[in-house]
Amino acid sequence: MSTFVQVLLDGLLAGMLYALVAAGLSLIWGVMDVINFAHGEFLMVAMYLSYWLGFLVHIDPIVSWLASGAFVFILGVLTYRFLVSRCLGKAAMAPLLATFGLSMFLKNLCLNRFSPNFRILQTTFLEGKKIVLGNIVIGLPQLVTGLFSLAILFALYFLMKKTRLGWAIQATAMDREAAELMGINTDRIYLLVFGLGGACVGIAGGLLTSYLAVHPEVGSLFGLIAFLIVAMGGFGSILGALFAAVLIGLVEALAGFYIAPVFKYVAVFGIYLAVIMVRPKGLFGW
Amino acid sequence: MNTRKFEKKDMLWIGLVCVLATLPLVPGMIGNSFRAHVLIMILLYASMAQSWNIVSGYAGQVSFGHSVFFGIGAYGAGMAVVTYGLTPWPGFLAGAVLASLVSVLVSYPCFKLKGHYFAIATFAIVEIFNRLFMVWDWVGGALGLDYPILPDGWKNFVWSGTKVGFFYGALALFVLIFGIVRWIETHRLGYYLRAVREGQETAESLGVNSAAVKLSAMAFSAFLAALCGGFFVQYNYRVDPPMVMSLDMSMKFVLITILGGVGNFWGPLLGAAILIPLQEYSRAYLTALGSGVDLVIFGIIIMLMMIRQPKGIMGILEEFGSQGRKKDREGGAD
Repeated sequence: MSTFVQVLLDGLLAGMLYALVAAGLSLIWGVMDVINFAHGEFLMVAMYLSYWLGFLVHIDPIVSWLASGAFVFILGVLTYRFLVSRCLGKAAMAPLLATFGLSMFLKNLCLNRFSPNFRILQTTFLEGKKIVLGNIVIGLPQLVTGLFSLAILFALYFLMKKTRLGWAIQATAMDREAAELMGINTDRIYLLVFGLGGACVGIAGGLLTSYLAVHPEVGSLFGLIAFLIVAMGGFGSILGALFAAVLIGLVEALAGFYIAPVFKYVAVFGIYLAVIMVRPKGLFGW
Repeated sequence: MNTRKFEKKDMLWIGLVCVLATLPLVPGMIGNSFRAHVLIMILLYASMAQSWNIVSGYAGQVSFGHSVFFGIGAYGAGMAVVTYGLTPWPGFLAGAVLASLVSVLVSYPCFKLKGHYFAIATFAIVEIFNRLFMVWDWVGGALGLDYPILPDGWKNFVWSGTKVGFFYGALALFVLIFGIVRWIETHRLGYYLRAVREGQETAESLGVNSAAVKLSAMAFSAFLAALCGGFFVQYNYRVDPPMVMSLDMSMKFVLITILGGVGNFWGPLLGAAILIPLQEYSRAYLTALGSGVDLVIFGIIIMLMMIRQPKGIMGILEEFGSQGRKKDREGGAD
């Protein structure tokens, strides 16, 4: 029984982190109908930044997530300004392929500069600390990352639902032209949304460095899982993303433990296909 | 106007015949050089991209799952040779037929999805196949299949000292696939495909069975992609899951076609003729700059292309063409 609870907890914590990664993607997809293919690579860039800050100037990931969030915010803004805004509305798949080009560029630049080696921070503040409840062990890095992700997610939800900026973003998502007629600078909104999406994944990457090794391929799998979560949760729905992310985290943990570790992603992608066949626009989509 | 169009078309065909007539002489000139390798790769990737073009270009269903069909074709040939000790020929056929079947089974539910949802579902399918093949011992698992040493020749479809045989093989594949697509393009199925791409509801209201049309396009496309996979494994003497069934491989189908011109007959050839030499030569000559430089350049080109003209090189050529025509018309008005 306690192993089952342990596996569930691990899945839940992983799911919360996935939710934050996916929320950024979901925001961009929901508002602009653009898939940011470089999303996983944004995570990788954030992790490298956080790693180098920790390694070179000994700033702990528990603080440096701020820097990685800000850095990827800027990266997102630049991506929108110089890449995505220039291929919006030209062809349906153009932004997706352009950001795929960006992902190839970032991934291989990091491979070239930082080598394909796995790098992990050795002495972080949270390292090795854990909470023991009977037979259940919760690693503090995972717990802090999971809860922190949840907190950021709720802040984002609050921003979207309760502030004027959030209303402007929602208005832009619903009807760009009507929003423009209401005096909303939709280009600015798009820019900000891309930045915010980047900031979410940047914070997630910064936190992840406290327990996960960084290497040039680290973003690929996270990116892919984020696509699934967003498509499964439904077009631009943050709550849908959270729900789908927790579901995926649980499926991953349960399949990994009770079937075989090699089958955990088969189960994850399988459950995605099963859900999408029943609800083609995702759980919370319309 | 009409006569001019016919002239242009005739010119194109004469040019094509000339190129095809000189191609058999090429191996004598290039022999077993790096240039031969690049030429073979251009023909192979152009054929792959053209097979993708059927379902994604003409029918507008952008699939990121083609590496699965390519991989099934590769494993068909690989298992015929390595596991069963046969010649690869029955493997080519079996792989292609199986890929076709798998493509229909997998696409039937996925075609209900639209736009990005369809694209992401095809990602998921690639990952599932990749991971299953990695642990499936019958197909060699993560280690893959390594070819034994076999006598050279068409029977085994291997040549160890020369690339001339592979060149003719790639040329045959290229002519076959481009021929089939040309045939589809000018016949009923081609018109149906484009009708479904431009507006599924409209096409259906005119009596086009869009589900059947899309499925048959997918089946054709997977069959031809699997043949390319069979060639690929013969050329490399080995196969393992990441080599053939990965998102990176899927993206090659997509990028070459998009760069050349999607939904256009000559687009895949143009895309391959530009991207493949660039990839192979930068991989060969930029190693001093460290690993990954070729893909960094690849990424930059894709970004620039999407910013400049998402319709690819054919789009840019059309731009020039329409400018020229405009000038003609203005000249005529004077």
